[in-house]
Amino acid sequence: MSDELVDVPILTRVEGEGALTLRLRDGKLVDAQLRIYEPPRLFEALLRGRPLEDAPDITARICGICPVAYQMSAVHALEMALGVMISPEIRRLRRLLYCGEWIESHALHTHLLQAPDFFDAASGIELAQRFPEEVTRGLQLKKFGNRLLEMLGGRAIHPINVAVGGFHRWPPRAEWDALIPSFEWGLEAAQAAARWVATFPFPDFEQDYESVCVAGPGEYPFNEGDIAIGPSMTIPVAEYEQHFAERQVAHSTALQSVRLPAETAYLVGPLARINLQREHLRPVARRLADEIGFENPCRNPYRAIVARGLELVQAYEEALTILREGVPRGPSRISYTPRAGQGCAATEAPRGLLYHHYEVDDAGRLVSARIIPPTSQNQGQIENDLRAYATRQLLTTTRRDVIATGCERLVRSYDPCISCATHFLKVRWEDAV
Amino acid sequence: MSQRPRVAVAKFTSCDGCQLSLLDAEDDLLAVCERVELAHFAEASSDLQPGPYDVALVEGSITTEHDAERLRELRRQARYLVTIGACATSGGIQALRAWGDVGEWVEAVYPTPAFIDTLATSTPIAEHVLVDFELRGCPISAKQLVTVITALAEGRRPKLPSHSVCLDCKRRGTVCVVVAQGTACLGPVTQTGCGAICPAYNRGCYGCYGPMPQANGRRLVDQFQRLGHGADRLVPLLRNFNAAAPDFRRESERLEQAADGGAS
Repeated sequence: MSDELVDVPILTRVEGEGALTLRLRDGKLVDAQLRIYEPPRLFEALLRGRPLEDAPDITARICGICPVAYQMSAVHALEMALGVMISPEIRRLRRLLYCGEWIESHALHTHLLQAPDFFDAASGIELAQRFPEEVTRGLQLKKFGNRLLEMLGGRAIHPINVAVGGFHRWPPRAEWDALIPSFEWGLEAAQAAARWVATFPFPDFEQDYESVCVAGPGEYPFNEGDIAIGPSMTIPVAEYEQHFAERQVAHSTALQSVRLPAETAYLVGPLARINLQREHLRPVARRLADEIGFENPCRNPYRAIVARGLELVQAYEEALTILREGVPRGPSRISYTPRAGQGCAATEAPRGLLYHHYEVDDAGRLVSARIIPPTSQNQGQIENDLRAYATRQLLTTTRRDVIATGCERLVRSYDPCISCATHFLKVRWEDAV
Repeated sequence: MSQRPRVAVAKFTSCDGCQLSLLDAEDDLLAVCERVELAHFAEASSDLQPGPYDVALVEGSITTEHDAERLRELRRQARYLVTIGACATSGGIQALRAWGDVGEWVEAVYPTPAFIDTLATSTPIAEHVLVDFELRGCPISAKQLVTVITALAEGRRPKLPSHSVCLDCKRRGTVCVVVAQGTACLGPVTQTGCGAICPAYNRGCYGCYGPMPQANGRRLVDQFQRLGHGADRLVPLLRNFNAAAPDFRRESERLEQAADGGAS
């Protein structure tokens, strides 16, 4: 079989490379496995015994694409353990920081990683020959997300300004104000980008999903709120581990999350968020969702790129609103005294819900850490999708390269941790005897 | 016109942040693509071309025997091999396993540790193969990366500064956090490259670019102890993303031994 390269993401204990195995018997699919063979890095173990203040800097290194998500989940969980109440100004700035990460990540995935699939291009650079304006606009959208991260966090990859209790420093007013025109342009450009991706030729493929996401208090989910499980159930974050559990499978160095008690797969990420929280989109993003006729709930995984496009608008819209409110005032950081305790938090990384749970001792050291990244949670659902997709494809074609390419694109639509993933899946075919 | 140099980007154990730096050089990206051919860059393109390559950019550390073999094969394919980032140049955050029990760590994280294959060490690339140039940082600077790629494309050795972060603080006009606030800051012994951002954001440097040449870590640590910082904070400060870099490693172990000796 020729090597088809697809990508598979994995985060906390692993990160990066993956493969897909399709097992056949008499030409029919027996099993599809997403094999993540990225070497484990053992973050949850190496955090033990360290000062709790190290958690945001160290967990950021789990992922170069979504370091802010790790920093945000870490500080919220530790603040719960310490009994720290952050101010509305700190909260506002944290949402702004998260906007920067969503923008940078969604613009990258949409334009450079997933869009080429719809036009049989190998890369965003190749796609740019056909759609120079659209790809250049996408790069510019991405760049302003990075500028926002640099202003707030010092740098775009592994920012340094996030602290337990708030920020080391407020951003300077001049840099803050200077970003406003870029974001005015960005809000318009993001809408154009979303309209563009909505016209892509989407494969006809639908799955039933149980969507899971943070349910913010009357706002589109980012940093806080309860957890919505499907449209009719909501649980406090503190009960997460009663409803979800991690399982280890032999073919993957990433643990897989399941819903309890049925041990079923579920969906996190942009589709899950928009399926459950559409009414909380900001006005421009909500109007655009109606204008392009985005179906709700959306069951086509390839259309996650449209959800991502709408979230790009949402993030630009929210960022612009916050920037226009002006630089924050008051103390940038709430002080605390170490005390023994436990805390947990869930936030919305670009590719889905990210859960952290820590125990700390009275000297301010980490006793234990538990980190459940979005790709681990989506892994079971990705395998379900692959089984359904490959089974269906085998009815109409025996061309394995065609099926492999389709599988690769299906995995990529999940944006399984962008950098590590999406163009690096080898498909192995095994004919069972 | 001569052929453009062929560049490959390879990843071992890491977070992908350093290769992402190349995609984050948005304004330079297309210009770089004109100077070099990105022949194998899985993060950006499905068109993965076989070697040999003129330059291999290597991210990540070596934590499995399989990866060590994959690296040796890459070295055979590459004329120049450049490491990008702290994982590749000093072992990364995962090198902390040197001070732990990796078997116990795997058991703590995985219900079925037998499925997991990992070495007790996380070693830099240079411990396995010849490295032509090392680019520091966690993460690397996109600007420095473009400088290195451009230099190699032109067939000259890249030239990057190796002074301490302190000098950049002076240039930025940042008030010294050690002098003014007594903060433990690794700036005096850390190599430049980040732009001295941490002190500008009112916190001490945590050494993400690793030790500079001829760093006098011992004197700095002594001074921090005189300022009242204990080993319980200084050891973790030295032991993060460049924990296994010899200068940081030596000082952290000296501190730990002194603390253990004092306690017994």
